[in-house]
Amino acid sequence: MTAPLAARNPVAKLVAALVPTLALLTTLDPVTPALFLAVELAVLPLFGISLTTLVKRGWPLLVSAAGVAVAQQLFGTGGWPASIGLALRILAVAVPGIVVFATTDPTDLADALVQNARLPARFAIGALAAFRLVPLLGEEWRLLTLARRARGLDAGRNPLAHLRAFGALTFALLVGAIRRGTRLATAMDARGFAAGVPRTFARQQLIRPADVALMLASVALAVGLPLLTVALGVFRPALG
Amino acid sequence: MIELTGFGWRYAGRRAWAVRDVDLRIERGERVLLLGLSGAGKSTLLAALAGLLTDESGERAGTIAVDGRAGVLFQDPQTQLVMARCGDDVAFGPENLGVPAAAIWPRVRAAVDAVGFGYPLDRSTHALSGGEQQRLALAGVLAVQPSVLLLDEPTANLDPPGAALVRQVLARLDTTVVLVEHRVAEALPLVDRVVVLTPDGIRADGTAADVFARYGDELADGGVWVPDHPVLPRRAAAPAGAPLLTARSVAVPGRLAPTDLDVCAGAAVAVTGPNGAGKSTLALALGGLLRPGSGTVRATPALAGADAAARPPHAWRAAALATRIGSVFQNPEHQFVTGRVRDELALGPRRAGAAPESVRSTVDDLLTRLRLDRLAEANPYTLSGGEQRRLSVATALATAPRVLVLDEPTFGQDRRTWTELVDLLAKLRDDGAGVVAATHDEDFVDALADRTVRL
Repeated sequence: MTAPLAARNPVAKLVAALVPTLALLTTLDPVTPALFLAVELAVLPLFGISLTTLVKRGWPLLVSAAGVAVAQQLFGTGGWPASIGLALRILAVAVPGIVVFATTDPTDLADALVQNARLPARFAIGALAAFRLVPLLGEEWRLLTLARRARGLDAGRNPLAHLRAFGALTFALLVGAIRRGTRLATAMDARGFAAGVPRTFARQQLIRPADVALMLASVALAVGLPLLTVALGVFRPALG
Repeated sequence: MIELTGFGWRYAGRRAWAVRDVDLRIERGERVLLLGLSGAGKSTLLAALAGLLTDESGERAGTIAVDGRAGVLFQDPQTQLVMARCGDDVAFGPENLGVPAAAIWPRVRAAVDAVGFGYPLDRSTHALSGGEQQRLALAGVLAVQPSVLLLDEPTANLDPPGAALVRQVLARLDTTVVLVEHRVAEALPLVDRVVVLTPDGIRADGTAADVFARYGDELADGGVWVPDHPVLPRRAAAPAGAPLLTARSVAVPGRLAPTDLDVCAGAAVAVTGPNGAGKSTLALALGGLLRPGSGTVRATPALAGADAAARPPHAWRAAALATRIGSVFQNPEHQFVTGRVRDELALGPRRAGAAPESVRSTVDDLLTRLRLDRLAEANPYTLSGGEQRRLSVATALATAPRVLVLDEPTFGQDRRTWTELVDLLAKLRDDGAGVVAATHDEDFVDALADRTVRL
């Protein structure tokens, strides 16, 4: 994580990723999102991310963007420019998000959300602790499936039985997750979490000049690129 | 110092008091083992001392006073660690107390040193063994500099090396300690006073020698693991019969190294080994629930008939599997699929095509044998730990399999449920069933196993 932009404050990165989304909501043409996407791909190296990593993490998105474009082409009215524009918009909005989460440690994100974005610690730290339990759910699901077979239950080829089994498993998984969540919450309370004392921070998250610069650059792009497409005469406003 | 006078607690919406009439004084530096039968209110008392019982969650009687701050170590390390990195987790408590940032890291280092935690502070908490996680959780508790340390079965979820590690750390600390632990023999070296709690107050209080001399039999009958009250072994009366299930070089990449094992009629096999050695994986493979990565698990014609024995158990239909090989999981809740104890027991026989009349008699018989008759209409999820364990074994027995595979069957059980379980399994074995148990309970192995396979 030595890449210059990867090391920026997580809140600054989030803001920088969200601002272009607002700009992309204003237009329907394919050129504006294409320009955004081009800039996003151009700055990838500054985040220390290769194109391969991006595709690995974001391939479901590529697939769904392609799917949406095809559907739009088949059932929509705008022809290929509108379909491709739609797919490009999905990608241009999603790529910054993928980049932020690929380069941000969850702990740093929670710290920054509390310290810089003033989110309640109960929410941010609580969510962070809860996410630690998520990997356990996969193993739990596997055991629940095996336990049903041990009880003499298999769905065979009946799709309705599969659906019922899925419902029962989900319920059992939920019961287990709530049990664990309750225990975790009790343990956190026992260590003084949410005791009403103002918390201090063992790890400082600061907004530095470089973080401000990153956010300003994002705003400049969000204003500048649509202005450029307006000047080129390809901008198609979403409203009116 | 801790002082309770006439203390009682009743949870909101309950008629009975969880605990009441407790008069107890604990001086600074004392180390107290809190004993009691299950349901005696130990956990409630500990929660009260920890300040975790809020006014809106119930009704209090009498007074309770704790000088300074209490720190609590719970059973399960997985649900105590909050942060992804070890150092951050220890810092969590001091942060909550508003300790100035500059003072936090020295405290973290002191706490980590106090428990002898040898890993770098940026180590992932996921990458630790259960014992190391629990040691780290203890450091997290010490970092808030508690005046009293409350320990709620701190080694119950750990394998023997992990438990030994945590006990070794606890023995070195010199704070006031209140320990709840039903494995008394292991706990005694850590304490200098024993208090026996009942729902109606303190039954006994004194040194371990005094308390066990006067109340040892009563406690043992009530389910407490009293030292010098050994359980008689239940060895097989007859030599092992023909093999029912054989495993040859069974392996699962990353989970289980190649292993051979025979399950014979009228014999009990224990599978032991440290956490992560693949005990549970082997149990799943033997249970016909998991296709082995390599090697074979085969049923003999004696177990499955010639036709079915030609195919491995993991390829059988589930209903047929349940009539031949029963599996009991470590967590009973994983196995519950209905909303009533009675339905839970009827499910297997019904799926196997038994007549309604015979299903009913099987269910009634099991309800009586496993002391579940009063709970027949209850929801399985609402049962106590011991009741859930008995039910999960009963559901496996309902389809009368000749092989029973159990994963940590005695885990977390009091002496009473433990003894019932051993008696039940011994009887099954003596009636000609093959029993396999993956376990790290050495007493269980001593009492029941005719043979031990160490992974």
